[in-house]
Amino acid sequence: MSNMEQPLLQVRNLGVNFRLEGGTLFEAVKNISFEVPKNSTVALVGESGSGKSVSAMAVMRLLPRESAIVSAASEILFEGSDLLKLSDEGIRAVRGKDVSVIFQEPMSSLNPVFTVGDQIAEILCLHMGLSRAQAWRRAEELMHEVGIPDPGLRIKSFPHELSGGQQQRVMIAIAIACNPKLLIADEPTTALDVTIQKQILDLLASLQARHKMSVLFITHDLAVVGEIADHVVVMQNGEIKEKASAKQIFETPRDPYTKALLSCRPNVDERPMRLPVIADFLQAGGAARLKLEQRRRGYRDDDEIVLEVKNLSKHFRLKEGLFKSRDVAAVKDASFKLARGKTLGLVGESGSGKTTVGLTLMRLHESSGGEVLFDGVDLLKLSEADFMKYKRRIQIVFQNPYASLNPRFTVGQILMEPLTIHRLAAGNRQCIEMAMALLERVGLPEESFHKYPHEFSGGQRQRIAIARCLTMKPDVLICDESVSALDVSVQAQVLNLLQDLQDEYRMSYIFISHDLAVVKYISDQVMVMSDGDVIEVANSDDIYLNPQQEYTRQLLGSIPRGWQGN
Amino acid sequence: MSAVLTQPHPSRQRHSPGLWTLAWRRLKRDRVGMLCLVVVAFFLSLMVASYLGIVAGNWSNEVGISYANPLFLAGEENLEAAHMGSSASAAHIPVADLSAVDPLAPRYREWEERTARIQVTETPRAETLLLGGDKWGRDVLQKTIKGAETSIFVGLTAALLATIIGTGLGGLSGYMGGRIGDVLEWFYNVFTSIPYILLILSFAAVLRQGLDTIIFILACTGWTGIYRLVRSEYIKHASREYVKAAQAIGATHTRRMFVHILPNVSHVSLVQLSQHVVQFIKAEVILSFLGLGVPVDSVSWGTMLAEAQTELVIGKWWQLAAAGVSMAILVTAFSMLTDSLRDALDPKMK
Repeated sequence: MSNMEQPLLQVRNLGVNFRLEGGTLFEAVKNISFEVPKNSTVALVGESGSGKSVSAMAVMRLLPRESAIVSAASEILFEGSDLLKLSDEGIRAVRGKDVSVIFQEPMSSLNPVFTVGDQIAEILCLHMGLSRAQAWRRAEELMHEVGIPDPGLRIKSFPHELSGGQQQRVMIAIAIACNPKLLIADEPTTALDVTIQKQILDLLASLQARHKMSVLFITHDLAVVGEIADHVVVMQNGEIKEKASAKQIFETPRDPYTKALLSCRPNVDERPMRLPVIADFLQAGGAARLKLEQRRRGYRDDDEIVLEVKNLSKHFRLKEGLFKSRDVAAVKDASFKLARGKTLGLVGESGSGKTTVGLTLMRLHESSGGEVLFDGVDLLKLSEADFMKYKRRIQIVFQNPYASLNPRFTVGQILMEPLTIHRLAAGNRQCIEMAMALLERVGLPEESFHKYPHEFSGGQRQRIAIARCLTMKPDVLICDESVSALDVSVQAQVLNLLQDLQDEYRMSYIFISHDLAVVKYISDQVMVMSDGDVIEVANSDDIYLNPQQEYTRQLLGSIPRGWQGN
Repeated sequence: MSAVLTQPHPSRQRHSPGLWTLAWRRLKRDRVGMLCLVVVAFFLSLMVASYLGIVAGNWSNEVGISYANPLFLAGEENLEAAHMGSSASAAHIPVADLSAVDPLAPRYREWEERTARIQVTETPRAETLLLGGDKWGRDVLQKTIKGAETSIFVGLTAALLATIIGTGLGGLSGYMGGRIGDVLEWFYNVFTSIPYILLILSFAAVLRQGLDTIIFILACTGWTGIYRLVRSEYIKHASREYVKAAQAIGATHTRRMFVHILPNVSHVSLVQLSQHVVQFIKAEVILSFLGLGVPVDSVSWGTMLAEAQTELVIGKWWQLAAAGVSMAILVTAFSMLTDSLRDALDPKMK
């Protein structure tokens, strides 16, 4: 594409610094250049902190003015004119009309007090100079175009009345309302379920082709990139590591970092003993993809059963009006067995009740029925005092490592708290020693003991949360979306850690996730849930190769497969 | 697991700085905060010194002439003092001879001789005082110091009590929710439905007058706002994952409420504390003004301000200025100090 046409967007020598507290500067984007050709999709890929979103926001000039400094040498040429040199007035005319954005969280990007029709019509009145009636008519057409059923009715809905996928469709409708030449999509599918993600990706691809616009697609997920992008820009720590066509990136990646990103994400087709991590690739100097020993998974008949759940159910009571209330079933009659040293994967879309199962069986929610047999004892029927003994044997690692650690506790306090509560250590000295040993086991330096959680990265925090559970030597560890919030490379490290710990201590895991590839990688058995119902339980290889139920098939079909070599 | 744990770890621990040590370090870096700390500490030590009688023990002595001018206004005309002086001398003018009709007339001479024998040491009254004098010639500076003792004590203790009540009840209601939350909410609603001043007046009318009563009244009526804020914070935090995680490792309700959540919402209580100190110092003024405040024989910034009302009309502004300025300085320093304290106590900052 070096020939003929001038690209739609040229970013040249873009540098962005952030002014931190105390006057120091942080280089978020270091002198990068890339192009977005006309009528094509360019993906900006990188992990958190890579500067991908900052670069995109710089194009729209949406960076916070007080703290962000765009270096003087930077040029952002849109159809030949430099966006950085435009007046405030000028850039406002470009925003929303020639260049528009979709953000990650549709719910927080839409204004909750206006109907979706109002919000689509607003931009039409602003940029296209339509009258209100015309704008509403056009809004209805747009809603039809982005695939919202019954747009005539839905146009008067408020955002909360729509599902997450529909909200994102409304966001897309707003973005394409003025026929933009460039659409910036900032992680538009990250917050959505996998089936919805597929629909949105398909929609974006079809809109791109129909409107002949260009899309700058920002994501951390290479599998998604493979589905949608023509060109890929890989970023790390504010620098561009590699830019090439999608074909080249996926088939003959040159940079070790790109290679690492491609292989540290678990793949549904293989299951190595350990996931490769970025360090492996950087050390190997970017050797060809390593051939790895495969791990065998699955329950065997002679497995010792640690935990047996029979007909577990949970209803939530919703208040309706003053006196009425309505029961909503979050989990209906779930039954499964967990073997020692094995992993049960729990998959399902949001609202399927998978997290509720985890929380109910360790009594963080009160159950509405059923039995949880652990060592032959029904945990649900024990008194609070009797349950205390069992509490430490079933532990949980939560999704968000930023929220699950008390910000006012040092890591030492966090690790020593369970030891003191359950009186597992004799004296303070032993307590400290045990905590230190665990820190080392999960791969954190000793100094961590005196630090606060906010001084750690997401992956390190998740290690702390895992170490906290390990203090109690649990038999069962529930991982509730424990790696979902982490970057791919960190995700691989934490998954490896979990696997090592399982091999070492013969712990059993209940691994709850919406990420089917990760579940496939780590689970022996998989339980598929939908709307509180258990759809299917089977050994993980069986379920992925030969799903018995229609829903499972549909779910598996939506997994982004990455580059399929077209 | 045991393999890991039995292997003793070489303990190369450094001294671990606790929450307060770290907070103190952070506070020391905050110049405004340190300045405010010095100001507040100064007022507090003044309060203690005055309580122990080291300073301002003689505040009630009438050391100056009525409305003695402050030092920096030495030359100003003082009509009031002149008027009072003239009326005093007028008393010495012999009255008309009434001995014919007055049966006591023969004894006057004797009484006069007797009174002359009683030693009266009339202290010379100062024409000017450092910050001026009040109607009775008492030193405004000393009054201000003594008044600070009362006002700060009342404001601080009442605010502390109100914050403890508000935080305790708010935490309980927000964390527990359900029945307990409902009952506390009803109690709160009933309590706040009574007009504030009426509530204070009814308390004041029932109880005897005194410092402890004022503190009690202010604490009992002032906790409601704090309760509401702390409650909402607790509701927010109770569903946070770190509290769930604490529940999962077996922490009791009390532990979760006070060890886990309280430090995370303490900034709300702290800011409320500082605002209520300010508010209660002012409330004490109002109560004293209404005659329900401190007893007549003591002084507070409130009584000083109440007196100042009449003085201002005749142009004697220094008592008002002394009480007002010291109150403003303390209140500003106190709220800025709690602000810095909040930042210093938050490990996420810096």
